[in-house]
Amino acid sequence: MPEQSDGVIAGTGMGGGMDLAASEAETLEKVPGGPLGTGPAGKPRSLWSDAWHDLRRNPVFLVSSLVILFLVVISLWPSLITSGSPLQCELAKSQQGSQPGAPFGYDGQGCNVYTRTVYGARTSVTVGVCATLGVTILGSVLGGLAGYYGGVWDSVLSRITDVFFAIPVVLGGLVLLSVVTSNTVWPVIGFMVLLGWPQISRIARGSVITSKQNDYVQAARALGASDSRILLRHIAPNAVAPVIVVATIALGTYISLEATLSYLGVGLKPPSVSWGIDISAASPYIRNAPHALLWPSGALAITVLAFIMLGDAVRDALDPKLR
Amino acid sequence: MGRYVVRRLLQMIPVFVGATLLIFLMVNVMGDPIAGLCGERACDPATAAQLKREFGLDKPLWQQYLTYMGDVFTGDFGTAFNGQPVTELMATAFPVTIRLTIVAILFEIVVGITLGVVTGLRRGRPIDTTVLVGTLVVISVPVFVTGLVLQILLGVEWQWIQPSVSPDAPFGELIVPGLVLASVSLAYVTRLTRTSIAENKRSDYVRTAIAKGLPRHRVITRHLLRNSLIPVVTFIGTDIGALMGGAIVTERIFNIHGVGYQLYQGILRQNTQTVVGFVTVLVLVFLVANLLVDLLYAVLDPRIRYA
Repeated sequence: MPEQSDGVIAGTGMGGGMDLAASEAETLEKVPGGPLGTGPAGKPRSLWSDAWHDLRRNPVFLVSSLVILFLVVISLWPSLITSGSPLQCELAKSQQGSQPGAPFGYDGQGCNVYTRTVYGARTSVTVGVCATLGVTILGSVLGGLAGYYGGVWDSVLSRITDVFFAIPVVLGGLVLLSVVTSNTVWPVIGFMVLLGWPQISRIARGSVITSKQNDYVQAARALGASDSRILLRHIAPNAVAPVIVVATIALGTYISLEATLSYLGVGLKPPSVSWGIDISAASPYIRNAPHALLWPSGALAITVLAFIMLGDAVRDALDPKLR
Repeated sequence: MGRYVVRRLLQMIPVFVGATLLIFLMVNVMGDPIAGLCGERACDPATAAQLKREFGLDKPLWQQYLTYMGDVFTGDFGTAFNGQPVTELMATAFPVTIRLTIVAILFEIVVGITLGVVTGLRRGRPIDTTVLVGTLVVISVPVFVTGLVLQILLGVEWQWIQPSVSPDAPFGELIVPGLVLASVSLAYVTRLTRTSIAENKRSDYVRTAIAKGLPRHRVITRHLLRNSLIPVVTFIGTDIGALMGGAIVTERIFNIHGVGYQLYQGILRQNTQTVVGFVTVLVLVFLVANLLVDLLYAVLDPRIRYA
C-alpha cells in the first residue's frame, strides 16, 4: 500500500496527521531564505529553537497550551476550584438546574455536575498522557529499530502493523475490556498501548528511513560511529519531530476513545469519575436535564480540541519544509 | 496488472490470518467462552466440562482456530449459543449495516468533497475559515455526543425523524444515523480535499489547462479534481472497514439492529462464535476495500501503472 494511506487506517480519526502534514507544502513558497531560519545575529538556529521561536508567536499554540496547562493543574489539584466531592450526591436534588454552589446544576443522581466535571479531568488527562507515553515509547523504539536495520524484522513488523490496522479500534476495545473486572484506568491504557503502537511505529519507521539516508549520517558512519551513537545522536533528534506531532494529536483521540468506551460500558465504570460515564448516565434523561450531558461533553470536546490544535501548531513550527 | 493483483492477494493472507488469530485469542484467552451459557450464574463444573467437550473447547487453541477457519471457508460460521446459525444473524445484520455505511460514504463523497473543493479554491476567505473551524469542532466532539444530541433535537424535540430506527431500517430512516456515523470522516475528507486542491491548484498542468483557454469548470473537474482525489480515495477506501466497525456506537444510539448491535450483544453475552464470525467478515471487508483502493489508483492517475 502506498505511503499516503499511513496513519489513516486507525479509524478513530488518526487521519489528521496526514492531511495536516500535506497542508504545509503550499506555504513553502511564501517563505524566503535558506534551509534554516536565522536569528538576529545571523547565527543559524537549530530546528527546535526555530520552532520555539515560531510557536511563541502563534496564538493557537498559546491558547491550546493554556487550556492544557489548566487541565493538568485541575487534574492534579481539583480542590483548587471546587470544594465538594464528586461522589457526594443527594437524590433530592436530582436534575435540578444551575444554583449557587452548583453552577452546572445536578445530574440524575443528584450529584453536583460542576464538581464531577472538574474531577473528570483527572481521568481523561491520566488516560491521555499515559496511553500516549506508552504508545510513543513502544512505537518509536520498534518502528525506529525496524527502519534503521531493515531486513526481515522490518518486513515482519510491517505485516504486524497491517494486522493491527485491520482490527477496528472500538471493536478491539469492546472485546478486550469486556472481560476486565478491574475498575481503574490501567486496563484502558494498556489496551490503547496495545492497539495504538502500530500507528506511531509506522511514522517512526518512515522518518528513520528518511533520516538515515542523510549525508551527516553517512559521514558519522564513515568516521566509525557505532549504531547506537548514530541512532541516538544523529537520527533520533531529526526523526522525532513527526512522532511528536502525531502523538500530540493522538493524545486527544485517546481521551475521546476513553469516553466512548466508558459510554459503551467497557471502559471505566461507576463509582469512577469520568466524562464518558457522566455523559452515558445523563443520556436517558437528556430532555429533562440537558445540562448534565452538555457540560461534561463540552469539557471533553474542549480538551480534545486543545490537543489537536496543539499538535497542529507544533507541526506547523517543526515541519522542515517550511524553512 | 494481473501480477500486481496476485501479489496483493498473497499479501492479504498473512494479515487476514494474523487479524483473525488475534481476535480469536482475545476472545478465547481473555474471556470464558461458556460463561454466558448458564444464565447469570456460573456453570457447575460437570456441566461446564460437558459443554466444553461438546463445543470442542477442551482441545488446544491452535486446533480450535484451525477447525474454525476450516469451517469458515466452507461457509459454516458456527452456531450462536442460542442455537441460531451465525450466518443467519449475518444475513439480517449485514444488509442493515451495509445500507448505513452506503449512506455514510455518500455523505463523505458528496458533502465532504464539495466542501473541500469549495474551501480549497477559496483559501483564506471567510467560507474557508468557517468550514475549517467547523471540521475541527466535529472532530473534537465525540460521535456518541453528536449522535445523542441530534437524536434528541431532530427526533424528539422537532420530530423531523424517527428517534429510533425500525428493524427493517430502510434508507430513509438511516439518513441521520449515516450522517452521525460519517461525521468525523466527513471532516477529514473535507480537510484532505481542501489541502489537496489548494496544492494542485498551482501545478503546471492546471496553469497549462487555463492557458489553453479551457472553461473554468472543465479545468476544475477534469484536471484539478481528478488529481486531487487520489489521497481522498485512499482515505474513503480505508474508512469503509472503520465505518462498519465503528457503527457500534451509532447503531447503539439509534437502536439499529445491524452488525454493531449483534457484535455488542455477542460481546456482552460472551457469545464467542458470533463475535469471531462477525469480526472475521469485517476484516475481510477491510482488506478487500484496501485492495480496491490500490487498484483504483491506476484509473485515477495514469502515471501509476502496475507492472
